[in-house]
Amino acid sequence: MKYQVVIGLEVHTQLTTNTKIFCGCSTRFGAEPNSQTCPVCLGLPGALPVLNRQVVEYAIRAGLATNCSITKRNVFARKNYFYPDLPKGYQISQFDLPICQHGHLDIEVEGEKKRIGITRIHMEEDAGKLVHADIPGVDDSCVDLNRACTPLLEIVSEPDMRSPDEAIAYLKKLHQIVMYLGICDGNLEEGSFRCDANVSLMPVGSTVFGTRAELKNINSFKFIKQAIEYEIERQAEILDDGGKVVQETRLFDPNTGTTRSMRGKEEAHDYRYFPDPDLVPVIISDDWIEKVRGGLPELPETKRARFMSELGLSEYDAEVLVASRELAQYFEDTVALFPQAKTVSNWVMGEVTRALNDDNNRSIAQCPVTPALLADLLKLMEKGTISGKIAKTVFDEMYKTGKTPEKIVEEKGLVQVSDTGAIEAMVDEVLEKNAGQVAEYRGGKETLFGFFVGQVMRASKGKANPAVVNELLLKKLQG
Amino acid sequence: MKITREQVEHVARLARLELSEAELDTFTGQMDSILSYVEKLNALDTEGIVPTSHAVPMENAFRADEATGSIGVEAALANAPLRAESFFRVPKVIE
Repeated sequence: MKYQVVIGLEVHTQLTTNTKIFCGCSTRFGAEPNSQTCPVCLGLPGALPVLNRQVVEYAIRAGLATNCSITKRNVFARKNYFYPDLPKGYQISQFDLPICQHGHLDIEVEGEKKRIGITRIHMEEDAGKLVHADIPGVDDSCVDLNRACTPLLEIVSEPDMRSPDEAIAYLKKLHQIVMYLGICDGNLEEGSFRCDANVSLMPVGSTVFGTRAELKNINSFKFIKQAIEYEIERQAEILDDGGKVVQETRLFDPNTGTTRSMRGKEEAHDYRYFPDPDLVPVIISDDWIEKVRGGLPELPETKRARFMSELGLSEYDAEVLVASRELAQYFEDTVALFPQAKTVSNWVMGEVTRALNDDNNRSIAQCPVTPALLADLLKLMEKGTISGKIAKTVFDEMYKTGKTPEKIVEEKGLVQVSDTGAIEAMVDEVLEKNAGQVAEYRGGKETLFGFFVGQVMRASKGKANPAVVNELLLKKLQG
Repeated sequence: MKITREQVEHVARLARLELSEAELDTFTGQMDSILSYVEKLNALDTEGIVPTSHAVPMENAFRADEATGSIGVEAALANAPLRAESFFRVPKVIE
């Protein structure tokens, strides 16, 4: 039978606050185990949580950027279960009154636009980390509570996706937005952006969803696709054999590309949520919402449209440049100093990106050639001081040394030769040395023109003004 | 009866409590009488009244996003029954 896959995604984004959600411990990644803990996040008796205001602010940002309505009256709830990484025996989360609801994101897959609903976004605390530390003589599990009480936003989508590609497109979009908002560092490997996928199948044409499996432990975009594809195959096989899919949590194994059942966790799905009496309600005023709205950065979709309409970039260029907020900023800062968007776009997507990739995927924010320096270089090119070819050489030198383009051009004697007399001498020499080719050219083999240009450019070590070279060659060859 | 023996067993399991048969009987009876007593509240008309989540009329108690320091690894682990280096040590968890 042919099946239609139905996918809903739950994303946990770790917020980039300085401190935890309910206490003043640092959230810095990679510190000595348990060094960033206090009575609140250790769950010691009598310790009282106090909400970090920044978390609410970030949640409102996320809600506004994903077209959600913001809940005015928020209550935190306790989600009760036992696990060694959860010292209190409950996780503080939100239940029936999440801070954001009824939003959506628009995605595009193979040219087709589609709207994916966002059911809810709620604030909660993270659990600690269970590790199997490599300590001699210790076969037990080890618990590090540095991460316990770190603020998370859980973003839950509607089951609106109908292919692994749609799921990836949604996730990438969401990832881009939280990065633009500056609320999450987006690091999938370190677990700052974690995804669980609810996957089910139904016969093509049906509108009744099948039983779903929840896939966990997926920490890259590539793995999400793999996990969903495997799950489609697995469930289709069960259904084809007349079996029933069991509703369960399954763990993705990146080594085998398969998912396996997490036994035993099922019975515990009785969380007995109730309002946490230790935390008073959070009332969000319209003023507060409007203030946050006013402080939102321009989001990628708007930016992309503006790059196309105001700066005349192609859709492809605009899409590449808005990929990250930093890249878009670099481009805009350069355009502000050298207002030829298309040229700047070519350089940013070309030389700049190539140099950064070759340099261990260095981030654009750390590019040694700043927008001001790049603009200086492009101005030299525009004035005709250097040729486009030389500009690339100068750029590489700028990247390596951090020097200004003027200085490099001066030091290396790279000023473009536009002096007709000097170029004419080189042209004459090239024509003389290649009498055979000249005869062929005059005999009708006009494709040789490029060869002559190349020879002259080489004779000038790349410094001859190509326009002048072309003009003189044409004149002399026809002459 | 407001509560069954099975429900008491279930709640005990969720709380990781192991109860003897006799205890189960005792607690079922006690919980039943507690629930019957609380049930009297159902006689009140609560139409249109927002459920009370908190007893104190307070809202928006925040702290600024500023680090106030931690207590240090030694203090954090001081009450741990078992430790391994800077970790809490617990029975092996297999996922």
